[in-house]
Amino acid sequence: MAQTVTLGTSPEGPRPSYMYKVVLLGSMSVGKSSLAYRYVKSDFRELLPTVGCSFFTQILNLEEATVKFEIWDTAGQEKYQSVCHLYYRDAHAALLVYDIANKQTFSRAKLWLEELEKKFLPDEIVIALVGNKTDLAAEREVTTEEGEDFARTKGLLFMETSAKSNHQVNDLFMAIVQELLRREKEKASKPSPHGKVTVDLRASSTSTGCCRS
Amino acid sequence: MAADVHKKKSWEVPNGSLAPGDGQHTERSESPTPGLAQGTEPGMEHSSPRREARGGKSSSSCGLGPPQPCGRGRWAHSSPAGPAPTGCCGMGRGGRSPLHPSPSMGDTRTDAAWPVVPGAGQEGAMFVHTRSYEDLTSPEDGAAAARSPEERRGEPAEQSSMEQISKDFSELSTQLTGMALDLEEEMRPGKEGKLEPSPQTARRDSVLSGKEEEDVTMDAWRLHRKHVFVLSEAGKPVYSRYGSEEALSSTMGVMMALVSFLEAEKNAIRSIHADGYKVVFVRRSPLVLVAVARTRQSEQEIAHELLYIYYQILSLLTWTQLNHIFQQKQNYDLRRLLAGSERITDNLLDLMAHDPSFLMGAVRCLPLAASVRDAVSSSLQQAKAKSLVFSILLSGNQLVSLVRKKDQFLHPIDLHLLFNLISSSSSFREGEAWTPICLPKFNSSGFFHAHISYLEQEMDLCLLLVSTDREDFFTVSDCKRRFQERLRRRGVQHALQEALRTPFYSVAQVGIPDLRHFIYKSKSSGLFTSPEIEAPYVQEEEKERLLGLYQYLHSRAHNSSRPLKNIYFTGPRENLLAWVTNAFELYVCYSPLGTKAGAINAVNKLMKWIRKEEDRLFILTPQTY
Repeated sequence: MAQTVTLGTSPEGPRPSYMYKVVLLGSMSVGKSSLAYRYVKSDFRELLPTVGCSFFTQILNLEEATVKFEIWDTAGQEKYQSVCHLYYRDAHAALLVYDIANKQTFSRAKLWLEELEKKFLPDEIVIALVGNKTDLAAEREVTTEEGEDFARTKGLLFMETSAKSNHQVNDLFMAIVQELLRREKEKASKPSPHGKVTVDLRASSTSTGCCRS
Repeated sequence: MAADVHKKKSWEVPNGSLAPGDGQHTERSESPTPGLAQGTEPGMEHSSPRREARGGKSSSSCGLGPPQPCGRGRWAHSSPAGPAPTGCCGMGRGGRSPLHPSPSMGDTRTDAAWPVVPGAGQEGAMFVHTRSYEDLTSPEDGAAAARSPEERRGEPAEQSSMEQISKDFSELSTQLTGMALDLEEEMRPGKEGKLEPSPQTARRDSVLSGKEEEDVTMDAWRLHRKHVFVLSEAGKPVYSRYGSEEALSSTMGVMMALVSFLEAEKNAIRSIHADGYKVVFVRRSPLVLVAVARTRQSEQEIAHELLYIYYQILSLLTWTQLNHIFQQKQNYDLRRLLAGSERITDNLLDLMAHDPSFLMGAVRCLPLAASVRDAVSSSLQQAKAKSLVFSILLSGNQLVSLVRKKDQFLHPIDLHLLFNLISSSSSFREGEAWTPICLPKFNSSGFFHAHISYLEQEMDLCLLLVSTDREDFFTVSDCKRRFQERLRRRGVQHALQEALRTPFYSVAQVGIPDLRHFIYKSKSSGLFTSPEIEAPYVQEEEKERLLGLYQYLHSRAHNSSRPLKNIYFTGPRENLLAWVTNAFELYVCYSPLGTKAGAINAVNKLMKWIRKEEDRLFILTPQTY
């Protein structure tokens, strides 16, 4: 399983560096881009619908490792769903985002999960269910328990966030990093039968980048 | 979940076969009727074209008058011995087929004439040859193309049959919809309340699109200057510029009934002219596009705008997918697929009301010193990848540089759609976008993948890299990095930044006192130049009025039955001059106090100035990879 990609040699010696591809999925206007924007730029603004997909990178210097996030923020519009698989292919983590004030988006997130389950083995991808827009608590249609229960039965991470009021957005991405790193350690203690495949990110265009089928 | 049609992956542009494969786009290569070479430069000797005397009356029978408070504007008659351009009344282009009044450039001009046309690069055009505006508006299906709108309008017999038709139609529509008698009736308050919105309505989020849905029963809704509706052949609403589509579904049903009624007679409805309104229909199976306008645009121009809307939809879906969907399911609700993109269409309509690019069918360049532009272009050129077809650098809606694959040309319409896409979404400001996009004039059957990003946070400089390979994100992203690196190394960033600070030049630079504004289009390059619109056109309405005047001159110059070469228009608030040749089009606005002789002198001066500045105003040496 090619879960990690080294970022070349780390100048700080033993501290490993990892590259993780994170994809945001969910219905239109649930706040995927806002979450990414809040996390990467620490800011919030009213954004227009994403066209196709936006790509961000974020580097985290943690004590145990350097982590580079490649964040693929997809468009929720139906017409882009034919190309969505391009974006989530080979992802290490997926955020299934719904709007707590819109029940329909919660059902849509469940459908996304079904789709991911078809494409990934459970230990291949970290999936987090994210109820966004807690600032709209007054109009809440999906209770926290509902989200939690569903996440528990499916073995997903769960978090309620608000990109607008910066509620738990960082925590969300930290939880994902922790889970990814935990799995990394687990794997190191019992090596995968396929061996570890490392790919140099900065290699030429012919390399098997993370977007190759 | 996505409908089954999305699972098919056949819409991708297969690598290596960029040209359209289907017969649907053979129109692209059509060679317009070669006409007489009429284009000459100022100062050069004029041939003596046949002159037609023209009264102050508008020639079209649809009641389109000069776009001035009636009676004030008049057509000046020519003085026989003026300096070039001689004779400023309309001069017919004798002997040309009405369907192809203006040949596209590069077809008839000799090479000797090439260098004297400002703005025309000698090393070949940047775009696929700029098709004339008439080519655009002539239908793709041959059946209806045989008749020009003028032919149809001119016949009094048709007038009465039109009345008959509308009467018949009233009855028909009653049967079909069971409620509406005619459009007017339909728009009256109280009718729409009965309609229930469809369950999977594509709600236009007011936060996201930045506007509230209007109540279509309100007077304010009816007062809009131009409504645009898109519907499917089943009469289902696809798009409405104002008001929600659901509320308008019966109106759209009536529109479809009108279209079908005439089609049943092996005829096609083009427009209805009544009460200051023009209702223009454009049929592009499986869609019908309708505009209800009380602007002074000609029917042709409104149809031209509707075609842009059609192409805009194609750019999101591809022609192939659009047809496939409706073959599978005739009553498919296309709004599902277009959800979230309405603002792109809204923006296109707004842009067309303000930006002369669409009228001109050409692209404006950012004024930039030739050395800087060359450095930018070669940096773009060097940052290439195998799958790249076009690298485009733009600022606002102005082109900075364009590099293309050899033998591949970008049509101005496609470029306009790209400009519109970028200007309608703030989401490109952050990160790097990677999106499928169809360039309908290039190849309407497949998607390209566009990498869109802004170069610097605070700089309005957007880089657009169009690739054939959807898997190539990282390669293309690397091209961007390489391009930026080269820019830095060449040290042109500062000059570029400086140029961005003054994206428009002032007409005062030309040094002609009476000159207020002008548009000069070089037909061969598909580029035009125009100064900033300054006083007295400060307010938005005034700007639109000026563009309206240009639109009017343009429609007179390109009238399919009686095209004009030279027009001198004197109005109460400004005088205008239009001059259309094979090589260029020039539209000039003067203060109302000047004389015609002065205006003609000014044209000569202006042309000299453009010639002098051309390497700053145009891209003279288009690059290929």
